[in-house]
Amino acid sequence: MVSSAIEVSGLTKRFRSVLALDRVDFTVPAGTVFGLLGPNGAGKTTAIRVLTTLLRPDAGTARILGIDVVQDAAAVRRHIGMAGQYAAVDEHLTGRENLRLMGRLAQLPRWEFRPRADALLERFGLAQAASRPVRTYSGGMRRRLDVAAALVARPPVLFFDEPTTGLDLISRGELWAVIRELVTDGTTVLLTTQYLEEADRLAGRIAVIDRGRVIADDTPAALKARLGSTVIEFGMADEQAAVRAAELLAQRGTAPERDGSRVRLTSNDGSAVLIDAMHDLDSARLRPTGVQVREPSLDDVFLLLTGHHAEEETAVGDSQPVAMGAA
Amino acid sequence: MTAGSLTLTRPARRPVLGPVHDVLAVAGRNLNVIRRTPRLLLFSTIQPLVFLVLFRYVFAGVAAKSIPGIPYVDFLMPGIFVQVTVFGAMNTAIGLATDLQSGLLERFRSLPMSRVAVLAGRTLADLTRNVFVLALMTAVGVAVGFRTHAGAARFLGGLALVLAFGFAMSWIFAVVGLAIGDPETAQAAGFLVMAPLVFASSAFIPVATMPGWLQAFAAHQPVSYTASAVRALVLGGPTATYIWQSLAWFAGIITVFAPLGAWRYYRAA
Repeated sequence: MVSSAIEVSGLTKRFRSVLALDRVDFTVPAGTVFGLLGPNGAGKTTAIRVLTTLLRPDAGTARILGIDVVQDAAAVRRHIGMAGQYAAVDEHLTGRENLRLMGRLAQLPRWEFRPRADALLERFGLAQAASRPVRTYSGGMRRRLDVAAALVARPPVLFFDEPTTGLDLISRGELWAVIRELVTDGTTVLLTTQYLEEADRLAGRIAVIDRGRVIADDTPAALKARLGSTVIEFGMADEQAAVRAAELLAQRGTAPERDGSRVRLTSNDGSAVLIDAMHDLDSARLRPTGVQVREPSLDDVFLLLTGHHAEEETAVGDSQPVAMGAA
Repeated sequence: MTAGSLTLTRPARRPVLGPVHDVLAVAGRNLNVIRRTPRLLLFSTIQPLVFLVLFRYVFAGVAAKSIPGIPYVDFLMPGIFVQVTVFGAMNTAIGLATDLQSGLLERFRSLPMSRVAVLAGRTLADLTRNVFVLALMTAVGVAVGFRTHAGAARFLGGLALVLAFGFAMSWIFAVVGLAIGDPETAQAAGFLVMAPLVFASSAFIPVATMPGWLQAFAAHQPVSYTASAVRALVLGGPTATYIWQSLAWFAGIITVFAPLGAWRYYRAA
């Protein structure tokens, strides 16, 4: 009946002089993963807090499964689960007690939440630690418990705010597998991330967010096609050498970008471009001091879309200097 | 690993048992936490015991002059009861500030649960804790010479009044904890609220011995009314006026601070 699990339209939220959300629009079809990609301070967490009924927007609307997050917040809460940037679990309770508490407060009957808590502990590799207080858990274990807590009530719509920030590679891979499994089962997931790779691996669609504004809303494939799948970066001896290198490389039609003494190329045919470029530079006696070949990062996306680096909220252009921080 | 799926994408059902269910769930969790931190419970219980023993022996000689007719320990004990619950209410502030800082309150707020349950569950747990602490205080009080003058029923009535007062204080400190939002600062700020209430009162010495300007405050604040009411119940004599005054403060505090706490809870960031 409802094909869109999340519909956001004209969402705006202001904190004093900072416009955290600026007429944000996006739609997430049911049973898909949607990635909100942006640097710290871009407005990702604010968006999640509005969608999970924790914060009232100043303008615009947001609906979860067709239910308005402001008009009918209580009903929205029956359909959502969230896991934040930090593990919101009770230190002094055991892992099992934490999950059972979530089940009780989600109004599940005891016969349902008890086996459910145990199944989740098993699934997240916490069965052995289930009877230990959470304060004895490692950081990765806490985060897994936090995600499990969001799943106790089997919510059809899940919000993950930077779920893998601070996790080691193995834990991150495990969490990705869980998210894929959830979506296979029909759950809708909205996740925020600072990593293009993460959004690319998981999300069917990505909205890039910068200073509260959605600056791109596309499939990962389309975004990467615009970027080029490989970034090649040459470090030159000095700025002068970099200018000459950029001019030289431009003759091959690769559209190089220069940033100080560094020159950057993006391409879908990384190795061929790399060999040609090295050859050209060598012929002109412009030996790079360093070469980096890598997948595009969030920073590359930002350079492409906005012309500036992905960075935290700073006093740029029209924004006012932050004077109240010192108090 | 498991064939059983992580979700059935079935929304949680509507609350069946209503807010009572949620309040009990949260209170149960808080009592569990108290049980898991026995050292905190131990030292926060010993603290008032130290006050009791010190005051009872240090001030007895001086106090005897201004409190003729009854042993100082019998005068002191009702005041100590009230003091304990005011000190104990600080736990409400610290507990809520801790939950706010850890992000747990945020998670509670995103759950389909009663809007008042987190605060009511916290104050109810602290009330339960006070029952335990008061029982212990009574035992130690008797050991250092305290005797009730008017029978067990009036004594228990006095304890009930103390518990009610402690419950009201918990709501004040709930607001302090939520407004401040970090446990250490909440403790420091809580002390500022607590100290004048407890020490500029009739809890330990008669208000009549204080300078005039201080009497104006000390005679009319809730700790004094409650200490006087409990004292009247325990030592005998007319009680009605004191009890009504104490209950009026109780009702007034709850009426102001419960909605204030609920409001703070919903805009806590």
